[in-house]
Amino acid sequence: MTVLTFTLILLAGAYAAGLLGSLTGLGGGFVVIPLLTLALGVDIHYAIGASLVSAIATSSGSAAAYVKEGITNMRLGIFLEIATTIGAFTGAVLAAFIPAHFIAILFGTVLIFSAIISLKKKSNEVNLKKSYLADKLKLDGHYPEAGGFIAYRVINVAGGFCMMIVAGIISGILGIGSGALKVVAMDGVMRIPFKVSTTTSNFMIGVTAAASAVVYLQRGYIDPGICMPVVIGVVLGALSGSRILVRTASAAWLKYLFAGIILVLAIQMIYNGILGRV
Amino acid sequence: MRIQVIIGQLLRIGVFTSIGIAFLGGIIYLTRHGHEVVDYATFKGIPDYVKPSNIFTSVFELRGRAIIQVGIMLLIATPVVRLIFSAIGFAAEKDYRYAAITVLVLGIILFSMLTGKAG
Repeated sequence: MTVLTFTLILLAGAYAAGLLGSLTGLGGGFVVIPLLTLALGVDIHYAIGASLVSAIATSSGSAAAYVKEGITNMRLGIFLEIATTIGAFTGAVLAAFIPAHFIAILFGTVLIFSAIISLKKKSNEVNLKKSYLADKLKLDGHYPEAGGFIAYRVINVAGGFCMMIVAGIISGILGIGSGALKVVAMDGVMRIPFKVSTTTSNFMIGVTAAASAVVYLQRGYIDPGICMPVVIGVVLGALSGSRILVRTASAAWLKYLFAGIILVLAIQMIYNGILGRV
Repeated sequence: MRIQVIIGQLLRIGVFTSIGIAFLGGIIYLTRHGHEVVDYATFKGIPDYVKPSNIFTSVFELRGRAIIQVGIMLLIATPVVRLIFSAIGFAAEKDYRYAAITVLVLGIILFSMLTGKAG
């Protein structure tokens, strides 16, 4: 395959990945990694590098809007970034010692888990219980909702912090934003309303990814020839996705479609990983 | 609140500037190497021309891939610059605890950058 064909295929694939990723909130990396490794036969280390760079682009691009609207809890995000950056650094260093086929199997497993999380019903339940640490760290906040602000409190700060270290390690090994894991830590453990946890998680992905990207960059995981079409495609796809989201109120069927695609890709990755073909 | 608006703008500008640079480098790369055969089947480590120490001389030689890499480095730097602005914002609000937390996160990324070389 020539460089030109390779670039054009990747550009189209990354566009589709960015579109689906933004419609479902899962991010583009989930499609980019299988596309590169399974369809184009690229070594998985290059694939995770390109995917990580595209995660930074989409996170920064979309976080800009939410930060302005005041939904993102900046203090919470920055506090938890201590955990995710430590994890991301650890993961990026570990990635060099983990055999490629194991990375593929781990990727497939995280993929299935994320698809399930994305289909779960989201509740915007508001917790009002007080917690000493959250109070000390000023993590409680409020977010805008039709007609005014809704106040919420954060609990189980230590538990959420530990979950974020895990999310960071996974992100560093696999080159994905691991937004699903971050949302689990914030929704499930710290009882933060869904609207706030999603936007704050998105806001954190860029900083988390930067911590492992500086390692990837020095180890050659980030190849310009692969990253260029991937980043441009994913960002353009994500832009189109956000336009569609504004127009159509409910994209429920899309969610199921994407979850289905992801499940197929996940099984492919695990299957090829076990056979040692990745 | 003002600092949040600045941060929002900054993130957007960073993303689009870096993509613009990558696109420019991409055009140069494709016109020069578009008809070569790709080979990414095995991981080969880092090529010399994009090593952080050589990248800027490569850019001045107008190497397409080096220019793309500069765009990508700018993209990676965008959230880091965002952190610096957050630290300034917290300090301006006299929230020194959070200014310190932000500096700590910056420190972790810096540590990662300095120790991240292949062994």
